[in-house]
Amino acid sequence: MAASTDVARTTAEPQAAGHAQRGMDTAMVGMLLFIASEAMFFAGLFGAYFNVKATHLVWPPEGFELDLPLAAVMTLILITSSFTMQWAMVRIRRGDRTGMNRALVVTIILGVVFLAGQLWDYAHLGFGISSGVYGSLFFTMTGFHFAHVVGGVIGLSLVLARGASGQFSARHHTAVAAVGMYWDFVDLVWIGLFTVLYLVK
Amino acid sequence: MATTVLAPGATRVRQRSAVYDWLTTTDHKKIGILYTGNSFIFFLLAGLLALAIRSELAQPGLQFLNPSEYNQMFTMHGTTMVFLVLMPFLAGIANYVVPLQVGAADMAFPRINALSFWMLPLGGILLFSGFFLGGAAAEGWTSYSPLAGVKYSPGVGTDLWIVSLVLIGTSSILGSINFLTTIFKLRAPGMTLLRMPIFVWTVVVTSLLIMLATPVFTSGVVLLFIDRNYGGNFFDPATGGNPILWQNLFWFFGHPEVYILILPAMGVISEILPVFSRKPLFGYKAFIFATALIGTLGFSVWAHHMFTTGAVFNPFFSFMTFLIAVPTGIKFFNWLATMHRGQLSFATPMLFALGFLSIFLIGGLDGAVLASPPADYALHDTYWIVAHIHFVFFGGTMFGVFAALYYWFPKMFGARLNEGLGRIHFVLMFMGTILTFFPMHMLGLDGMPRRIVDYSPNAGWSDLNLLATIGGFIIGISVLPFMWNVFITLRGPRDAGDDPWDGNTLEWATTSPPPPYNFDHLPPIRSERPLFDLKHGSIHDLDGVAVPAVASGEGAH
Repeated sequence: MAASTDVARTTAEPQAAGHAQRGMDTAMVGMLLFIASEAMFFAGLFGAYFNVKATHLVWPPEGFELDLPLAAVMTLILITSSFTMQWAMVRIRRGDRTGMNRALVVTIILGVVFLAGQLWDYAHLGFGISSGVYGSLFFTMTGFHFAHVVGGVIGLSLVLARGASGQFSARHHTAVAAVGMYWDFVDLVWIGLFTVLYLVK
Repeated sequence: MATTVLAPGATRVRQRSAVYDWLTTTDHKKIGILYTGNSFIFFLLAGLLALAIRSELAQPGLQFLNPSEYNQMFTMHGTTMVFLVLMPFLAGIANYVVPLQVGAADMAFPRINALSFWMLPLGGILLFSGFFLGGAAAEGWTSYSPLAGVKYSPGVGTDLWIVSLVLIGTSSILGSINFLTTIFKLRAPGMTLLRMPIFVWTVVVTSLLIMLATPVFTSGVVLLFIDRNYGGNFFDPATGGNPILWQNLFWFFGHPEVYILILPAMGVISEILPVFSRKPLFGYKAFIFATALIGTLGFSVWAHHMFTTGAVFNPFFSFMTFLIAVPTGIKFFNWLATMHRGQLSFATPMLFALGFLSIFLIGGLDGAVLASPPADYALHDTYWIVAHIHFVFFGGTMFGVFAALYYWFPKMFGARLNEGLGRIHFVLMFMGTILTFFPMHMLGLDGMPRRIVDYSPNAGWSDLNLLATIGGFIIGISVLPFMWNVFITLRGPRDAGDDPWDGNTLEWATTSPPPPYNFDHLPPIRSERPLFDLKHGSIHDLDGVAVPAVASGEGAH
């Protein structure tokens, strides 16, 4: 019984209470800070874009045509996936694990469709990463975003696997929330890219 | 009470070897010691590179190194010292000390903590493997384009430099997230933000700087990698790129990096000065404010490294740089007023803290000179810069690191380092530092450029260079008594006791070394000096208000 008395004393000890009890969940704080650092990585890339753009009189340089309709559709797909991710959060908060799993499947499919569309776009653009500084910027910025979407899809799949095996409940779903926050971030970066590369020329 | 059989065999402890234990540990204390040991190994390597540089420069003419080897030496010396010695040394000390000082059992993410550490030796091996694969990186630690492009640096050394810096950068980003989460979420009840030890505060600001600045550097080296390997055109003006872009990305990180390297060292000496002056830190809140101000201003001064490019608005960056002198001055006032009328005692940690104060002061004044663009136009890329950076980083950060090692060694290993050997170490290192780096001011004013392998015998630089070389070897020799000291102390009895320095903060409230879970129980925390309150009575007791030994409502703060 020695073990049980130890446990009793620890919980009764006032010092033990209060550690990580208050405010945002510890893992969520970690994810939020990680996203902040990721945002600064993309800030570096955006900074590079504007820095180079400022040194050019004609921007984008001659001969670089982007596929605006395709990008608009992909933007819509990615924004929709953020809503389906929120739907997953709403379901698990209400204790509906099956509903969460369904919403996650939809989110993952939308993510994969985005990735496929991006690859199709890359194959048909007619310029590459070594085609002048514009090509380098376009492929580096969208390419790193692409890699982050891949990371998000992997994260979502892991969460789905855990959900399918019966984990997560109305109270315990930190991993879902953390991956959801990351997915929203990836979505936001794309909106930034779409605005800068396609809309504001 | 119902007896539940848990996993059968769960009570059986599998005996693993000590090596396996250290390789797989997630204990912040062991990881902290691993960080420190790893940094010390790279300190020795970088020191040998420095001695090679100084030997070559001792007199005019090429004696030991050809120009290509020389370029590799100073590039690898700078890169190693910044990324594999100073940063990880401080991260290691913070790893050991921060959870203890905030009364936590471990870091918030222990396994990510282990990952952060193990990326460092891997990055270091990649970086140094360049020497055996046709030459290490040789374009200086700043790696300016177009010099770092594939045309002028065709070897694989630069690519290894990039990959290793991405690894090391990721390691420090993950580490900083871990520190921030630990400090925000795992503080002991009663430890409000304004009761945190000052060292913890400096780690907060440093971690924010690492978290926000390092990713920008990573994006910069990634662009360089694409330029070199995939036909990118970012830094090549011929194809529309912009070489100044690299400097912007590099220094947007590179200048906060300076504060990343100095702030925790300032935190260390702000722990040590009060203990060895038997007084609280003068102006605790002002110190925190000054630290936060340095961190904030640190993001708006990067282009003072680029005054001579003509591509930045010099008056703005000059003004912001001069502003940094204000919070730094506040800190000097804090430190001097802490010692004023204190009961000073001069154990080795205190000696190194005083060494920090005196040498860092000169380094800071050097910097203020450079903040003026007209002066910078004359001094840019001369030995004045070399003198400045070494007064700040070696006399500042490295003295802070040694102060921390002497101060927390008894906590880490249960034994105090020998005072006599410590004094020899201090005197030699102090003299060596002044002798090596002070003459570089004169060389810089006389126009000697940095990063040159040779100089004319008629230039009049020979005597000062010889002096600097002698100083360099004195620094090299000064490390030997330290190593001998560690060796004999670890073989001797572990009899330091829990609180050998009569300390103020929580790490001295547990055993030396602490148990894996750190604390059996914590004293009540009512100020930034909970252990002092416990030993001498809290100031709150004087009010006549009955203070229970353990206040249950403390968590509400």
